Amino acid sequence: MLATAVIVFREVLEAALLVGVVAAATRAVPGRNRWLAAGIVAGLLGAAVVAALTGRIAEMASGVGQELFNATVLGLAVVMLAWHNLWMSAHGAELAANARSIGGAVRDGGRERSVLATVVGLAVLREGSEAVLFLYGIAAADGGGSLAMLTGGLVGCAAGVATGYLLYAGLLRIPLRWLFKATGVLVLFLAAGLASQAARFLIQADVLPSLVSPLWDSSALLPQNSLLGTLLHSLVGYEARPAAMQVIFYAVVLAVIAAGMARIARAAPATASAGAAR
Amino acid sequence: MTYQSPMLRAVTAAVFAFLAIVSLSVSAAEDEFRLVIQDHVFHPGEIAVPAGKKVKLIIENRDATPEEFDSYALNREKVIAGATTAMVYIGPLQPGSYAFVGEYHADTAKGVVIAR
Repeated sequence: MLATAVIVFREVLEAALLVGVVAAATRAVPGRNRWLAAGIVAGLLGAAVVAALTGRIAEMASGVGQELFNATVLGLAVVMLAWHNLWMSAHGAELAANARSIGGAVRDGGRERSVLATVVGLAVLREGSEAVLFLYGIAAADGGGSLAMLTGGLVGCAAGVATGYLLYAGLLRIPLRWLFKATGVLVLFLAAGLASQAARFLIQADVLPSLVSPLWDSSALLPQNSLLGTLLHSLVGYEARPAAMQVIFYAVVLAVIAAGMARIARAAPATASAGAAR
Repeated sequence: MTYQSPMLRAVTAAVFAFLAIVSLSVSAAEDEFRLVIQDHVFHPGEIAVPAGKKVKLIIENRDATPEEFDSYALNREKVIAGATTAMVYIGPLQPGSYAFVGEYHADTAKGVVIAR
C-alpha cells in the first residue's frame, strides 16, 4: 500500500505543485477560481482519455507517439507559462497596487484566464494519465490486496494535493507587493524544468541527440527519487543525470522568458511606478 | 500583444537551430535489444549492450496491465500499455551497469542494462 501511495504521490505532486504556483501567481486576477477549476476538471477528463488511448498514442509516429505527445504537452505548457509571466510583467504591478480598481485590460483579461486554465489542464492531463493507468492496472489485476493498493493510491493522491495546497498557502503569506515577483521567479524555473523534460522525451524518441549524457551525475549527492530530489525536480526541474541537450533547453527557455519579462517591465514604467507608489 | 513578437522570433530561431542540429545527427542503423515483461518480471533481467553507442530497446509487455519502464540511471521513462510492444532509445552509455524497474510493479519488475 505504501509503495502505491508513493507512486501516485509522485505523479500527482508535479501537477499539484504547478497548480499551487499558478493559483498563487494569479491571485487577484478576477474570476480565476472558476478558470482554475475548469482547467483541473478538463485535465482530469483528458487524463482518463489519454490513459485509455495509451496503446494507440504509443503506436503513432512509428512507436515514439508517447514521447512526441509528452513533449508537445510539455512544450505547450512552457509557452503558456511564458505567456503568463509576460502578461504579469505588464499587469502584475497594477494587480498588486489595487486589486479592487484594476484597469480594463486586466479586468477583461480573458486571455490570461484561458491561458491559466489551459496550463493547469495540461499539467493535470499529463501527470494524471499516468496515475490513472497505474490505478487501472491495480484495479484490473486479480488477487487480493487491490483494495489496500487503491487505498494507497487515494492516500498518495491526497498527499500530493495537500503538498500543492501547502505551497499555495505558503505563497499567499507573501505580501501582495512581492507575491508576483516571487511567483514570477517560480513560474520561470517551472517552465525551464518542463522544457528540460520535453527535451528528454525528444531524446528518448531519437528526435534530438543527447549531445553529452549525462552532463553531470549528482545522484550520489542528491538522488532524484529522494523526497527533496522529487520536490526540486517538480519545482525547478532538478535532474541528477541530465543530458546536455536538456540543460540547453533549460537555459534557453530561462533566458528567453527572463529577457522578455525584463523588456516588458522596462516598457511599462507607468504601471510599475503606480505599483511602487503604493 | 506586441510584446510577444521578440519572444516568438527567438523561439523560431531556436527551433530552426535545433532542426539544423537534428538534421546533422544522421542516425546510423542502431543495435536492437529485446525485453519481455511477463507476470510483472523482465526477461532477461540483465541485458548487455555495447558502450558508447546508441541502442534501441524493444520492450514487449505480455501482461494485460500497463507498465512503466522507468530508470533514473538511464534517464528514461515510458508507459507501456498492456499487451503492447514499445521501444526506447538509450545511450550512448559509459561502461557500467544501469538499473531499471517497471515502476508499477517495482517489487518484481527489476532489471539492469550492462554497457560494455
